[in-house]
Amino acid sequence: MKNPAAVGGVGNKLILIVKTTFVALLLVVYMVPFLLVLINSLKRKISIVKFPLQLLDEAGLQWVNYQNAIKEMFFVRSFGNSLFITIISVLILVVFSAMAAYIFVRTDWPVCKASFSIMIASMIVPFQVVMIPLVYIYGAQLGMLNSRMTLILMNFGFGASMCTFMCHGFIKSSIPIALEEAARIDGCSDHETFFMIVFPLMKPIISTIVILEVLGLWNDFLLPSLVLGKKELYTLPLAIRTFYGTFTNDYGNIMAGLVLSVIPVFIVYIFFQKYIIGGVVAGAVKS
Amino acid sequence: MLMKRAMSNGRKSFLYLTFAGPAMLFFFLVVIVPLVYGVYLTFTDWDGLSSNINYVGFSNYIEALKDKAFLDSLLLTLEYVFLSVISVNIIAFGLAYLLTSGIKGQNFLRAGFFAPNLIGGLILGYIWQFVFSRVLVGLYDYIPLGIFQKSWLSSPNTAFAALIIVTAWQYSGYMLIIYISGFVGIPKDLIEAAKIDGANEGKVTRHIRLPLMVPSFVICLFLSITRTFKVYDLNLSLTGGGPYDSTKLAAMHIYTKAFENYKYGTGQAEALILFLVMAIISLTQTYMGKKREVEM
Repeated sequence: MKNPAAVGGVGNKLILIVKTTFVALLLVVYMVPFLLVLINSLKRKISIVKFPLQLLDEAGLQWVNYQNAIKEMFFVRSFGNSLFITIISVLILVVFSAMAAYIFVRTDWPVCKASFSIMIASMIVPFQVVMIPLVYIYGAQLGMLNSRMTLILMNFGFGASMCTFMCHGFIKSSIPIALEEAARIDGCSDHETFFMIVFPLMKPIISTIVILEVLGLWNDFLLPSLVLGKKELYTLPLAIRTFYGTFTNDYGNIMAGLVLSVIPVFIVYIFFQKYIIGGVVAGAVKS
Repeated sequence: MLMKRAMSNGRKSFLYLTFAGPAMLFFFLVVIVPLVYGVYLTFTDWDGLSSNINYVGFSNYIEALKDKAFLDSLLLTLEYVFLSVISVNIIAFGLAYLLTSGIKGQNFLRAGFFAPNLIGGLILGYIWQFVFSRVLVGLYDYIPLGIFQKSWLSSPNTAFAALIIVTAWQYSGYMLIIYISGFVGIPKDLIEAAKIDGANEGKVTRHIRLPLMVPSFVICLFLSITRTFKVYDLNLSLTGGGPYDSTKLAAMHIYTKAFENYKYGTGQAEALILFLVMAIISLTQTYMGKKREVEM
């Protein structure tokens, strides 16, 4: 960012320094909750309760908190569940939404227009409105809950309209139809044209969708809590909730558990920061 | 290319089913079917267990509108949405303005403020629960102020304030990046031209930046309104609706009504009422905002 006011001289420079310091300090304040949890995750319960602001426990670093947390919240298992559910859901979501968007853009058939309109209109419906009947139909009547696959397919159904909408906008504005005509002349079928020509060109929008959906699904709590009742199927947020319920007063373990669920996300963020923020901006502007 | 060709209905159906089929099928199964079925449920007395379901007319809606706990939670939600949306957007806009005014390390700072949005509401709630119930109380030893005397989560007003503070903290970092892209999108020459014409910084903001940033405002207000209306995770982990249900927002009330009190019909009626209120407010906002957008 070039600042046009910066040419002004010493006065402006001073203002700039004040501004920078202010924003930097504010960022520190924003980070304080994370830092507090981090320092307390290495302390004994007694020193957490008595001196939550103290940096270190005089009894040394309590790595045992982490051992307990990993064991008690079945960290590896719930992490694996979260990873599996997120990855498979996003894969299905991206491929089939892109395909649906493609036919919606490239044909003027009434059925496509109607399908797309229903999807758009449904985007404003909050989850709370379908939550109760969803549990009724797939739980009480069909007994399909307690399965990772059910959750994955539900994630697909719930994400489909948003993803189709985003792909629709992208295909319409950025994929030249001439390419498809050329592929057609060269003998590609409709499906081949899509997978060999169109889909690879959709990389920018696909990466935006992947970022938004991974963030949303990784952190989702309400839907998984309704679908997954068995402990061995728990995702990370569900595991943390149970863990918190059982160890309410065992602050050391709780803090370690919280750090464990935050750290993997932050590590990924450090590497993909630019893309994640870009994806969020792109997603927000399109919706 | 599909568009221009004449083809048989059979061929069309095949293409529709193979391209749009899977997405439409699951979209219908989990969104449309439950949506329609949900409306039907509101006219029944289903309790989640019994197999005979009776038609009860509008009594679920009447019960919902007579349910004082629901109306209280709805009012509280409106208050929460209003205060959160205002604080989120003021902080986000102000910070975006500062960050784009030429300070160093803009990208790093932006990434830092956004960080809370990578974590789900449930975990953020637990983190802040520790801050409000333990750390602030621990601060009393150093700063003996009344507000640090006891846990914020133990009395209704401060617990409600805690919910708003955490929401403002989380979403300001999200809206911030949308406002930044709005600020960056304003053509430099317009601002320079105004300055040559003698406009000071305040006037430039008031007459050039603000009108040109209406689209950013529309997006941020829409996102913050719809998200705060639906909030559940944070409510659950930070206050749990307590003390004494004083911070129970509508989404949580509906959850308890249906899955803990087994009043599915009434719960569903309440969910539809919440949806209606949210839709009216967010669509009005978007409509009014769009009217103010200026052509470039």
